[in-house]
Amino acid sequence: MTGKYIFREDIAIADLAFEVYADNLEDLFKYSGLAITNAMIVDLNSIKPAVIKEIEMENENIEFLLFNFLQEIIFYKDSERLLFNRIDVKIKEEGQKYILKALLYGEKIDMNKHELLVDVKAVTMHLFEVKKINGEWFARVIVDV
Amino acid sequence: MIPNIKRVGNVVWEIPLGYRKDMRVPVRIYATEKLLKEMDEMVYQQALNVSTLPGILKYSYVMPDGHSGYGFPIGGVAAMDAETGVISPGGIGFDINCGMRLVLTNLTYNEVRPKLKELVDLLFQRVPAGVGSTGFLKLTTGEFKELLQMGAKWCVEKGYGWPEDLERTEENGCIEGADVSKISPKAIQRGIDQVGTLGSGNHYLEIQWVKPENIVDHEAAKKLGIFENQIVIMFHCGSRGFGHQVATDYLQIFLSVMERKYGIKILDRELACAPFNSKEGQDYFAAMKCGINMSFANRQVILHRIREVFSKVFNTDPEKLGLHMVYDVAHNTAKLEEHIVDGKRMKVIVHRKGATRAFGPNTEGIPKIYKELGQPVIIGGSMETGSYLLLGTQKAMEETFGTTCHGSGRTMSRTKAKQLVRGEQLIKELEKRGIYVRSVSYSGVAEEAGIAYKNIDEVIEAVALAGISHKVVRFLPIGNIKG
Repeated sequence: MTGKYIFREDIAIADLAFEVYADNLEDLFKYSGLAITNAMIVDLNSIKPAVIKEIEMENENIEFLLFNFLQEIIFYKDSERLLFNRIDVKIKEEGQKYILKALLYGEKIDMNKHELLVDVKAVTMHLFEVKKINGEWFARVIVDV
Repeated sequence: MIPNIKRVGNVVWEIPLGYRKDMRVPVRIYATEKLLKEMDEMVYQQALNVSTLPGILKYSYVMPDGHSGYGFPIGGVAAMDAETGVISPGGIGFDINCGMRLVLTNLTYNEVRPKLKELVDLLFQRVPAGVGSTGFLKLTTGEFKELLQMGAKWCVEKGYGWPEDLERTEENGCIEGADVSKISPKAIQRGIDQVGTLGSGNHYLEIQWVKPENIVDHEAAKKLGIFENQIVIMFHCGSRGFGHQVATDYLQIFLSVMERKYGIKILDRELACAPFNSKEGQDYFAAMKCGINMSFANRQVILHRIREVFSKVFNTDPEKLGLHMVYDVAHNTAKLEEHIVDGKRMKVIVHRKGATRAFGPNTEGIPKIYKELGQPVIIGGSMETGSYLLLGTQKAMEETFGTTCHGSGRTMSRTKAKQLVRGEQLIKELEKRGIYVRSVSYSGVAEEAGIAYKNIDEVIEAVALAGISHKVVRFLPIGNIKG
């Protein structure tokens, strides 16, 4: 396993909760991004990699780095109507900072082709968590929908 | 349920000061015994967290549709002293001014029923819904900024509405003090193409029927333009990606200054706040007002589309079809209002998160036409059950800073609802029951099934028994559009 995400029924009532498990930090970010996308579209494979977006960001706090990264995916959904199904993430630590570079592959939403789910409005800080447990990375994310 | 909770009224419960050492005020929950027992445990913790915020006055309130959310509970209300208190984006929500609009027709059930499918199908085409939907307005950045400052007024000036619509909207559809210099470019980019779109989740547009037996107060109903077997239109939507980005931007700004600059302890990061009178507090207030105006404009443009559709289907001018607004109410806001606290009139910043303003008769801020009646309060239920039109009361002014519930309130997560209900099946069942539903997402329909919500009648009974709202009429859905 490199990573996986699970939608949780028992954490949030009005919002949507998911947990992500990954062998490394980069996969944690990748699968968190895929989870957000999968909250909005039934089949990730129905998205074609027609457009590439590059994201670069840095933060001293790993939680805020993930928060901001996921927020970028939501931003592209509204501003350019893009959803992504391939997410390549590189993270390196420099001094106190985490530096992220990511390439996102996807295409514009097409209601005739994509079976859509619910619109994700924002990542919330409610019970938001990124941590390493027994060598495995874990994230809990609740998004407002 | 919290063991220390005590009954202080027929449908009012209190967690007293001292239950937790950090409380500044008691928590008050408005609910029938049944609704109280059904509330999830986290509601109490979140309402207790709210009770610790600096400047909070009287109580941290939970309305009967309350359930846990992020930061504040949904159905949470908190009024802060404008001089010494804080403002918190978590007390407003990401969907700034998500709200309800109710529109009359002079059509009867028998006139609409044969054309229902045609109406719903055309509305579904003309009012975009769902993930990534965009509206018909193509605006330049300059025009969008004008809209953010002028709200529904901008739309009416451009021909998307009638002047009377503005009088029948909270803040006349344009809250003063919206400042676009406090908005990020990202917020503009997210919202610029979304004016006139419903969104998804619990957002919907509904055609509803006034069954004769559902009129509770005939005199008030008549004054509000309601008659037996009438068809009305109700819709629920917010400030779309624009408002979501404003809230996201300021959540991060507040988190960075809350403890470091203002010495306010962070109990829950979603309760990030700053003093209302600080630079950050005032910047957010001015930015949030742009979100309020975006939402008023969004609903105004949708109303314009509704009038076009009805006009086309019935081949008659919208004026002749009597497509007048009753009112437009905001759910997720913080507003600077004057209230009497302990006998003293003072300026307070009232946070309503999933709660509706419910000003009583003769209160400043409600339209002249409703001066004697009190402010119309529009409460949306699930697509299966029904909705209500209520009126604000003097008791709400005295007890809850002029506030009441906003909907029926969820009882079940969306993930759980989807496990129990199949959207496609539900749509078929609803059609057999006379409710025609169109949605871009079967899964979205399942998430909004009636079983995922509290009983709307019980919620309304609670606010009526508490005297914070007055029942006028219950509406039954016959057509529904969902995102």
